[in-house]
Amino acid sequence: MPQRTVYQTTIEHLQILDEDAKLDTKLAKDTLTDEEVRDLFEKMVIYRHFDEVGFKLQRSGRMGTYPQNKGQEAAALGSGYAAKKGTDFLVPCYRENAALFLHGLPMHNILLHWMGDERGNQIPDGVHMTPLSIPIGTQMLHAAGIAWAFKIRQEPRCVITYFGDGATSEGDFHEAMNFAGTLQAPCVFFCQNNQWAISVPRESQTASETIAQKALGYGMPTTQVDGNDMFAVFKATREALDRARAGGGPSFIEAVTYRLADHTTADDARRYRDTEELEAWQAKDPIIRHRKYLESKGLWDDEKQAETEARAKKIVQEVVKAAEGIDKPNFEDIFDYTFAEIPESISRQRDTGRTSSLGQNPDQIGLQAESQRV
Amino acid sequence: MAELNLVQAINLALAQEMEADERVVVLGEDVGLNGGVFRVTEGLQEKFGADRVADTPLAESGIMGSAIGLAMAGMRPVPEIQFEGFMGPAYDQLVNHAARYRTRTRGAITIPMTVRVPVGGGIHAPELHSDSPEAIYAHHPGLKVVMPSTPHDAKGLLISAIRDPDPVVYFEPKRVYRSFKEEVPEEEYTIPIGEAKVISEGDDITVVTWGAPVFQCLDAMDNLPEDLSVELIDLRTIFPIDIDTIAQSVEKTGRCVIVHEAPRTCGMGAELSALIQERCFLHLEAPVQRVTGFDTVMPYYKLELDYLPESPRIQKGILECTSY
Ligand SMILES: Cc1ncc(C[n+]2csc(CCOP(=O)(O)OP(=O)(O)O)c2C)c(N)n1
Ligand SMILES: [Mg+2]
Repeated sequence: MPQRTVYQTTIEHLQILDEDAKLDTKLAKDTLTDEEVRDLFEKMVIYRHFDEVGFKLQRSGRMGTYPQNKGQEAAALGSGYAAKKGTDFLVPCYRENAALFLHGLPMHNILLHWMGDERGNQIPDGVHMTPLSIPIGTQMLHAAGIAWAFKIRQEPRCVITYFGDGATSEGDFHEAMNFAGTLQAPCVFFCQNNQWAISVPRESQTASETIAQKALGYGMPTTQVDGNDMFAVFKATREALDRARAGGGPSFIEAVTYRLADHTTADDARRYRDTEELEAWQAKDPIIRHRKYLESKGLWDDEKQAETEARAKKIVQEVVKAAEGIDKPNFEDIFDYTFAEIPESISRQRDTGRTSSLGQNPDQIGLQAESQRV
Repeated sequence: MAELNLVQAINLALAQEMEADERVVVLGEDVGLNGGVFRVTEGLQEKFGADRVADTPLAESGIMGSAIGLAMAGMRPVPEIQFEGFMGPAYDQLVNHAARYRTRTRGAITIPMTVRVPVGGGIHAPELHSDSPEAIYAHHPGLKVVMPSTPHDAKGLLISAIRDPDPVVYFEPKRVYRSFKEEVPEEEYTIPIGEAKVISEGDDITVVTWGAPVFQCLDAMDNLPEDLSVELIDLRTIFPIDIDTIAQSVEKTGRCVIVHEAPRTCGMGAELSALIQERCFLHLEAPVQRVTGFDTVMPYYKLELDYLPESPRIQKGILECTSY
């Protein structure tokens, strides 16, 4: 046989709750119970409100640039819920706030981050995640490293790392996948394919038919899921995590979703994307779909919606208060966290940075003394 | 002549160079239909097509490396890196290839490329959108580095950079992008790379700066005692350094303050003050002073004005130096 096929595969797309909120009960078996869906949906409503408040805070000058998560909540919640809180480790980008909140990140931390305050990145003890990551495509390598450590220490823990479709073009992405693959690290690569990387559509980002198939080159199981369907997201993520925990190495999940907002508050998507496309995806909003499902099960109604929205308002009000109520960080904070032990040159800048122009003690270079002599 | 801001002046220079020379191509993230996140390349794709104004995949090493290839093949690429904080992935290609090709091929292969990079702080941007890494690139042999602070200089320097036979890193101070307009000639003109500009003449002290702090220095000068006359120099080109203009000034004034946003240690202020003491030792009446960012990570924006050399700190620096 001079010529033979050496590799062949297919990529599956999983949808369990369709756009019309019809559930495939066979596939839904052993995924989420209706009560779990209801609880997660409540969170979805609250986090959607948080996101809208984030937008408004920026517009009213109370916060800097903010990237809305709107439309991607099912992907974040379904995957975050599949991971073990307090055990597994999250390595996020910046568009999966809901997963971070599920795993215990105080909501005001996210606001603080976008308010230009590093204290937003101070992850509390016992909350297992890295802070938001700004350089696109870089954090997945950290995930591979953290998972490697879990493997070395034989801890039954996994890592899940989040990134966008655009991030899969960066070299670091491919290095992360290759490391995790060769190390068989317990790591789940969760791509939120929201169809856009700022103004660049998915089709221009890569000539690959799917994002999911990129993982084939790194020897890991890979699948595509409807990212606006919590059942599908949960099922795929749970399977990937179970496999990783059992020593089966890394997996890849492409969640097909959509960025319903501008890229960030600094962006105007009307410049580059059609309203028809946006409107088509607005109809697939996970809020609409999951509410419809719960209503069909008699677990949700207008009253419950109103009550949840009122609760969301209260919760987010408190979160904003916590973020805005905090004093401006100290000048000294610029210096105090540079090293475990601050070198003298830096502590001198710290101590004199406000009284002299130099960030240096004038006494030490004789300036003060000289100037007094004049 | 029209009144243009920095963004518009750069846009005009790009359009005119693309018009004049079909080898000139623009590439980068969101530079096409979106016109760049700062709108610097607005309208260019419409005018010159998607081949010459290309939205690339999200990959800075890809942008820089393929621009090098374009240059080798006879094009004049103008890659954009969206923010200075994202030069990281492009660094290998820029310093290990672009900067070295002429030398290592003994002139057989050259890289005429202009890397446009928004730079600097003061605009309340998120993390990694506010740094000032100009000294890093000036330190790499084989790269020219410029940073215009005015629309007029921006146009002339960009045209020079694009026509330059070697790689030029062209830093654009974000804080100045839309801060003011000035008359910019419609016709093409060049401002030579390697020439500083005396913004205002004075006898008592020389202040050297570049980029956005030019305006902080002007502000500081407004609040100095009337009888103190300051000579303000905008370096404009970070490398090669126009030490002649600076030395001429310091020989006259005997005192010098250097102002930059970048951290102090190994910042351009260190190199400049070494050059000044080499050239002007016997004329100096005070140690050369540096008013700079601190040797710390650029803080998030709540503290950025505490970090940056704002006008009160510059004013203090000038007074400390003159009272020495
Ligand atoms: C290394 C790097 N290059 C460029 C940027 C600027 N930038 C911020 S977000 C973004 C697009 C990201 O797209 P994607 O990965 O699809 O994530 P999304 O924003 O759609 O969630 C770009 C280009 C950056 N932050 N980091
Ligand atoms: Mg995206």
